[in-house]
Amino acid sequence: MAKIDLKNARRLAEMVKAGEVSAVEAVEASLSKIRELDDKINAFITVCSERALAAAEELDSRLKRSEQVGPLCGVPVAVKDVISTAGIETTCGSKMLKGYIPPYDATVVAKLKEAGAIIVGKTNTDEFAMGSTTEFSAFGPTKNPCDLSRVAGGSSGGSGAAVAAGMVPLALGSDTGGSVRCPAAFCGVVGLKPTYGAVSRYGLISYANSLEQIGPLASNVDDCALLYSCISGWDPMDSTSYRDRPKEAAPLREGAKIAVPKEFFGEGVEEAVSRRVWRGLDALRDRGFIIEEVSLRSLNYALPAYYIVAMAEASSNLARFDGIRYGLHLKSGFRDWNTYFSRCRAEGFGPEVKRRILLGTFILSAGYYGVYYLKAQKIRNILKSEFQQIFSRYDLIAGPTMPTTPFKIGERVEDPLLMYLIDVNTVPPNLTGHPAISVPVHREGELPVGLQLIAPYFCEERLFQAAKIVEESLRR
Amino acid sequence: MLREQEELDVKIGLEVHCHLTNLKTKLFCRCSADYYNKEPNTNICPVCMGLPGSLPVLNEEAVKQALAIALALGSKISEKMIFYRKNYFYPDLPKNFQISQYDKAGGQPLAVGGQIRLQDKVVRIRRIQLEEDPAKIVYEGSISTSPYALIDYNRSGVALVEIVTEPDLTTPKQARLFLQKLRAILEHLGVCNCELEGALRCDANISVKGGYRVEIKNIGSFKDVEKALTFEITRQKMLGAKKGMETRHWDDVRGVTVPLRVKEEEMDYRYFPEADLPPYIITKELIEEVRASLPELPDARRERLIRQYNLPPQTAEILTSHKALADFFEASVKEYPGSPLKMANWIVSDILGYLNRNDLDPSSLKLKPKDFAAVVKAVEEGLINEQTGKTLILKAIATGESIEERVFSAASKIKDEAAIARLVDMVFKENEKAVKDALTNERAVNYLIGLVMKASGGKADPHLTRSIIMSRLKKVGN
Amino acid sequence: MPRTKIGVSTVKHLAWLTRIDLTDKEAREISKQLSRILEYFNKIDEVDTSGVEPLYHPLEMQKVARSDEPAPFPADEILKIVPSKKGRYVKAPKIV
Repeated sequence: MAKIDLKNARRLAEMVKAGEVSAVEAVEASLSKIRELDDKINAFITVCSERALAAAEELDSRLKRSEQVGPLCGVPVAVKDVISTAGIETTCGSKMLKGYIPPYDATVVAKLKEAGAIIVGKTNTDEFAMGSTTEFSAFGPTKNPCDLSRVAGGSSGGSGAAVAAGMVPLALGSDTGGSVRCPAAFCGVVGLKPTYGAVSRYGLISYANSLEQIGPLASNVDDCALLYSCISGWDPMDSTSYRDRPKEAAPLREGAKIAVPKEFFGEGVEEAVSRRVWRGLDALRDRGFIIEEVSLRSLNYALPAYYIVAMAEASSNLARFDGIRYGLHLKSGFRDWNTYFSRCRAEGFGPEVKRRILLGTFILSAGYYGVYYLKAQKIRNILKSEFQQIFSRYDLIAGPTMPTTPFKIGERVEDPLLMYLIDVNTVPPNLTGHPAISVPVHREGELPVGLQLIAPYFCEERLFQAAKIVEESLRR
Repeated sequence: MLREQEELDVKIGLEVHCHLTNLKTKLFCRCSADYYNKEPNTNICPVCMGLPGSLPVLNEEAVKQALAIALALGSKISEKMIFYRKNYFYPDLPKNFQISQYDKAGGQPLAVGGQIRLQDKVVRIRRIQLEEDPAKIVYEGSISTSPYALIDYNRSGVALVEIVTEPDLTTPKQARLFLQKLRAILEHLGVCNCELEGALRCDANISVKGGYRVEIKNIGSFKDVEKALTFEITRQKMLGAKKGMETRHWDDVRGVTVPLRVKEEEMDYRYFPEADLPPYIITKELIEEVRASLPELPDARRERLIRQYNLPPQTAEILTSHKALADFFEASVKEYPGSPLKMANWIVSDILGYLNRNDLDPSSLKLKPKDFAAVVKAVEEGLINEQTGKTLILKAIATGESIEERVFSAASKIKDEAAIARLVDMVFKENEKAVKDALTNERAVNYLIGLVMKASGGKADPHLTRSIIMSRLKKVGN
Repeated sequence: MPRTKIGVSTVKHLAWLTRIDLTDKEAREISKQLSRILEYFNKIDEVDTSGVEPLYHPLEMQKVARSDEPAPFPADEILKIVPSKKGRYVKAPKIV
């Protein structure tokens, strides 16, 4: 049997299509790796072995019949547990949805199946995607495969770890304030937050709906691009998905300009991170890119603006969890529905989720709406204009994805504000809707660090192109 | 006129919810919007059940129908329509927020302004907006005794148009007339089948002498609106000076309003824009497309009826206040164009009278225009007299049975001159005084004719009877 | 002027508005945490946003609406996951 490399999805799909390896073998390789490692890493909340093997068998029969199969033919994929999968438990990392089995597939899940991918499990996440280290999951934190005493990042920590540990070549995460790029950076893999509206949100259990996108994670840039191409596209079920995409601009040529905002290298950024990020930028410079330092003043206010908008939206998006139609249900003996709702939500939600809902409610309440929510949305507009201005002169914006290397588990979890601060560089593209990628720039033996590249709307190809250059140079 | 009984201290505003009954699907999902008499929870999907991850997609036809209402009321259409979330917890709200619209803090509903004219009174419209209906809660027994609440989501997500007035109304009667007029407009537009239960719902806001405002919810019918407001005026007057806002519930069994919320919590709905729905640009083209397809509205129809059939304004007003009546009138005239005025009068007095006495809605009129026309025609041609005609109509009004036969049998009258002459002679013999009076008094002539008609069981041809009597009288006079 | 403190009674009011039961201890704890976070949020006061429109949707979307054609969903698939039912009704605790 040919060797199955679970860090190369494209190659694996080709092998399955060519008959060198069966889909069942590919899935078994993945499941076996999960069995071997996941006790220690805790990347998965649910592993659906039977279902995955059955799907793989079905795929193999279709291949034998010489039927057409998509570009992810037989590739095992992990899906973050905030994305609805019909018939497979979807918990959002929360007690509130433990046991919840959606009666429908998210659009991206349907697309994965159409592309021939095999879903092997649902990955761990901070509860309702609220967190940056996966430590807020009701099912325990995910450990960083590079160093099990350290965090894997979040909130898509499970997806990042699953890819980094070689359990699956591809995984889906969701990115509201950095939740795909952060685990990508901390686990040393590639992660993309697409342009807002590029990928359907139908089936993504909402945390902050004007900020989030489902994004691909993979071991290398080409695989990330492959997964992205399979899941992106207009969806009539999502009114915020973009229909008439502008034509992709020409590829970046020599002399393409990259803006590096000095605000991305603020005081919280570690020396080690800076050095490694500049390694990546130097690789681009060597290839003829022009790197210039710029200043984007509004970046200093992106973090508070982000949290204000995100918490406000979350407080409303999570109101539907009341123990009536699905999810956590408490046995009767309640005086009335008010008491029931309040008890159910008190037991179903963890402390971080409660904090965000309460603060979000405060922000939207009469008297404070203008001071916080409205003001934050205006800052958002200013930030967007500044980005657009930069993009009129530069082709990309760059900086460190995270200000620190992955820290020890438990280090920041007691202090919410300390935890929020690590999102400082990832939140701006969520506010403005621009696409952003994180590509690893560390060497063997070093703690993972990611270089973040941001492009104009729908210029994901540019991100892949530049990220690939960085990837290739660091491989040398 | 309406303004005569105005009490200038009373301010009444209405909030009407109109269910767009002719849509096939709900406002934000493709579930069937037909929830009448369906098994509970059959028209449901992840969107209208508020399942996690579901997203709303706007029904364009709903926008068009709501636009039609806004245009009919003369409102100003917003260039951009923005949906807002109204956040509160209740078991009938699957998401514990309602996707609605707002006219403050940067919100832009479908339309603002507009008016409805009631005779000499103008009632201004504050805003018109689209929103989704909550689910329906069913109780075992009453709301207070039911051990649990049973929720049916068939209605959840159905398209509603909310029409809010300025507090221009000043009497309960005006409120009722406003609602009738609005209903007539909605029926003429064809956007709402108002006789369906719950298709048109109304909350009322009232304050007497300012400072204290009460919102009355749970009003079941337009008549109840008048009753509830009348009760509230009395209650508030007795209270004297009071400040603040209160929500009360109309108890139609006891005929009183009762306090609704035990906690006087100020409802903070925390309105903010719905991020799952981008602003909807209402183009000039769309507005013109809807405007061009607007059907004839009550006011225009009233004017046309006055012109076309020479009807008195008051009669035309009454006819067009219920689409069913106006339709019935025009259909009947089509069958027999000979005397529209008589038809109109019979409709607004006898037929409408019957409906009102029996608390029936004009749309439940079963009498067929064909039959009504046949009766009026028969009366006009002298085949039967008015009394007979009206009797026949009232017989058929409730059942819709065909009365053409009866008209003809009633009309098979005695045209035999000799037979009538014999009856005339008999009447003359028995009524000498009347005969003497008849020589000079027209009324006595009619009296004699009536006697002959009576004697013939109504069958004598009235014209022939009259001519025979007149010739007899001549003889007597000589 | 934005407040820099969210007191315990405010926290309790918010907990009611959002239907989350809190113990007194939790309310005190949360009050401290939220006040601290809110203080950080007050940073946005430094930005001059006069004349700036709020940005609710990051990208300008085209007119998004669908036709009035039904597409039924298998209702029973949803009823299957409802925790408490009576017949086909979803059951909830009483209102009053």
